[in-house]
Amino acid sequence: MATRIPLSRSIAAHTVLIAYTLISLFPVFVIVINSFKSRKAIFAAPLEPPTPTTFDLVGYATVLKQGDFFQYFMNSMIVTCSSLFFVLLFGAMAAFALSEYRFKANTLTGLYLALGIMIPIRLGTVAILQLMVAGGLVNTRTALVLVYTAQGLPLAVFILSEFMKQVSDDLKNAGRIDGLSEYRIFFTLVLPLIRPAMATVAVFSLIPIWNDLWFPLILAPAEEVKTITLGSQIFIGQFVTNWNAVLAALSLAIIPVLVLYLIFSRQLIRGITAGAVK
Amino acid sequence: MGALTLSNVTKSFGTTDVIKGVDLQVEDGEFCVFVGPSGCGKSTLLRMIAGLEDCTGGEIAIDGKRVNEVAPAKRELAMVFQSYALYPHLTVRDNMGLALKQAGVSKPDITKATDRAADMLSLGPLLDRRPAELSGGQRQRVAIGRAIVRTPKLFLFDEPLSNLDAALRVATRIEIARLHRDLAATMIYVTHDQIEAMTLADRIVVLRAGRVEQVGAPMELYNDPANTFVAGFIGSPQMNFLKAGALGMRSDTMGVRPEHLALSREAGQMPGTVSHVEKLGGETLVYVNAEAQGLLTVRLFGEHNFNVGEAVHITPDASRAFHFDANGQRLR
Repeated sequence: MATRIPLSRSIAAHTVLIAYTLISLFPVFVIVINSFKSRKAIFAAPLEPPTPTTFDLVGYATVLKQGDFFQYFMNSMIVTCSSLFFVLLFGAMAAFALSEYRFKANTLTGLYLALGIMIPIRLGTVAILQLMVAGGLVNTRTALVLVYTAQGLPLAVFILSEFMKQVSDDLKNAGRIDGLSEYRIFFTLVLPLIRPAMATVAVFSLIPIWNDLWFPLILAPAEEVKTITLGSQIFIGQFVTNWNAVLAALSLAIIPVLVLYLIFSRQLIRGITAGAVK
Repeated sequence: MGALTLSNVTKSFGTTDVIKGVDLQVEDGEFCVFVGPSGCGKSTLLRMIAGLEDCTGGEIAIDGKRVNEVAPAKRELAMVFQSYALYPHLTVRDNMGLALKQAGVSKPDITKATDRAADMLSLGPLLDRRPAELSGGQRQRVAIGRAIVRTPKLFLFDEPLSNLDAALRVATRIEIARLHRDLAATMIYVTHDQIEAMTLADRIVVLRAGRVEQVGAPMELYNDPANTFVAGFIGSPQMNFLKAGALGMRSDTMGVRPEHLALSREAGQMPGTVSHVEKLGGETLVYVNAEAQGLLTVRLFGEHNFNVGEAVHITPDASRAFHFDANGQRLR
């Protein structure tokens, strides 16, 4: 089954990949090791792992004491998960409509929906803020969810509609003849078949939402709706920066997004291998 | 309880006319096969009957009732697809029972219906498996079982055997013929394979480019084709078309089936040389390059020894020949 790859090529490929992995992970590694060190040790030897003498949890202590860090976490989780849910739901629905139904201006609608990929949503920040003020949504998580849903939709529609086109027409037609509603066909027949694509879209949408500082800062800076990225900023001052706390906060912020990524990526790999074995 | 009437049915995608006015009456209990080359609109026509495509014009009626605006599920028909189209997340039993469940039939009745269908197709041991665990032939039997469970007015088959290998194709063909006898249901079957059409059909509808070329029982089409298209499409190997003028006849084209050409080493009407020989045991196909007439196929029964390059003479059986005019229409 598996084709044999020459050892030399395999070694070369692995060398390149391992080198790339090291380069990508290095900043993360530095953040994590330094978060466990005392302030002095961070500046004295930033690349050294914590030793018994330099080991210090002061950063984590500060983070957990100061501000409502758990609340920030929850805010980020709520905003990210809800946005992701709506992006996937509406994205998949729009993609289904575009790929399944023949109607006038079908292509035009598709292009219009894809336009958002090319135009950064931040260009509309002022208008969005005015809109949120008018709607009384400033300082709410809803505002963030709405913006992030809009931000994630174009790519989701674009990727998913390509995958939807590959789902067998016969299968959908069999469902129609058996009396399934279009919603049942969509949810029970089509969605499970494009799970790998959904996972891809989820991962692509997840990271920018979790890491975003711009919109939380502008739309929801209030204490009770702050996200983790914004919350960490309190330790960065104009004159003094509490590096222990910043690094600890960033290390903690990696965990949830890593968990979400693992969930989706396993789904992604399962989808790919299922297709290959069949 | 399953008569189908098509009256001047048309279908266009944008400016392309795919179905250009089809009139057809399928009687209750009849096995009707749509046959034609790919792109002739036969599958589109079937999907229109199923309600999966709208009609651009004309009327489709089942049991005399217009169904143009009726949803597929409410037309009381079942369809078997070329790609099986089983629901991957359901077991064989649930696949077969889904339509009844949607229609609100009680659980014991669904079980009874699925068990009966499973018996007919000997699917019993497979009932708790998922489609991914079945072979191609088993999947197609499940798809047929799913159709039977509904006891529909009309069975629609869309090239159901095309994805099966040759041996399985013959076995499933026989199974479908047996089902038709047992259920006495109306069946409409689309294929591009004229052997399937000939062996299964009560009546064959030959389609070309969105039009009906001829409708009739298999032997009617074989013995009495209306034009060169039908004559060439029905029968295997294909009919030979001779330039009749060169043979001193008034018609434009003379069609002779390969089995109605006599081959002789000594004398005959048309000289030629053997260009290829296929020995099939029961019959021998000899391809002869007959100078002015081009390549002709001769079908001889039993074993014959002809060598490539050998000079031979061909004599058509004039009483079994068909004559066509310049437009390909039959002259009677």
